[in-house]
Amino acid sequence: MSEMNFDNIDSIQLDILREIGNIGAGNATTALSQLINRRIDMGIPKVNISEFNELSEVLGGAENQIVGILLSVEGEINGMMMFVLETASAHNLINILMEKEIDNFDEFSEMDLSALSEIGNIITGAYLSSLSALTNLRIVASVPYMAIDMAGAILSVPAIEFGKIGDKALLIQTDFGEGKESVFGYFILIPDMKSYEKILNSLGIWG
Amino acid sequence: MDELIKVGMADLNVCLPPKGLTTLGLGSCVGIILYDPITKVSGLAHIMLPDSTKIKNNSNIAKFADTAVDKMIDDMCLLGAKRNRLIGKLAGGAQMFSFNSASDLMRVGERNIIAAREKLKDLGIRIISEDTGNNYGRTIEFNPETGELSIRTIGKPIIII
Repeated sequence: MSEMNFDNIDSIQLDILREIGNIGAGNATTALSQLINRRIDMGIPKVNISEFNELSEVLGGAENQIVGILLSVEGEINGMMMFVLETASAHNLINILMEKEIDNFDEFSEMDLSALSEIGNIITGAYLSSLSALTNLRIVASVPYMAIDMAGAILSVPAIEFGKIGDKALLIQTDFGEGKESVFGYFILIPDMKSYEKILNSLGIWG
Repeated sequence: MDELIKVGMADLNVCLPPKGLTTLGLGSCVGIILYDPITKVSGLAHIMLPDSTKIKNNSNIAKFADTAVDKMIDDMCLLGAKRNRLIGKLAGGAQMFSFNSASDLMRVGERNIIAAREKLKDLGIRIISEDTGNNYGRTIEFNPETGELSIRTIGKPIIII
């Protein structure tokens, strides 16, 4: 098997990764939709292979404040899974979930943070279990870790992981939204290099 | 400052006044600033990993604390800086997520800080100030005219070190 890197990835492999994003995010979005009892639209997944310095541009610039929920993924696939929300979207999501009126948009209460973390847990769980079912690979996720800070700073964590193997990062990104009180966010799946091979292999695409 | 040169992840740059250097949204990476107070030649490296010798694919020298500092000093000397006059400042190396396990993945910010300090110590460069660690992102801006490093974080006042 030739060694995989992001410089020689071909269009079939990209399509497969995009489809994984589609299925994973589809399940996650359904889970979220049931949780808040509203219809949620999902965008077409994008597979981005970007240089490190372009990474935070995806999320509105390095200084843009975002909510990042990160799980480390172990088992037959290793890496990280991240669920990212704009802060305004995070507030909207909490308000919908807890049936609150729009209140303070600057700060999150303890209860808000706890709710966000649980939302992250449920929907990333749905994403990963569909990935596991699709590939027939065992995937174990850690508890969710949350940070609310500048996009660049939050993304430095997965970027450093990619940095150990190369100079580019691959993001499978899916955005979703709830029309009226916009909730927009992204799922970012960040498997390590060996896991990409395993995922593609399990689907009969690689090697 | 006339113009701020943006230094991205795994990148470095050097300059003279009236230009300045900045890096946005520094997380677990470390910003290493070197400065020659006489000529005001300044450099900023945004490193991601501590040690180039531990990684197979290490061609990007700006990515690692050890190789980035060497390259930055060479570039600064080309602009007229003198090695024995250089002083350093550090920022970044945060732990963005409060993981409860102590694996390497989680402690990369701390390891970056230690590597940067050790590299500068080996070269005999004094670190005159630093704002490192903790759990928040930083945007930093270095003014070569004054030698001031301003650090912006969300929800806190700007500090100058």
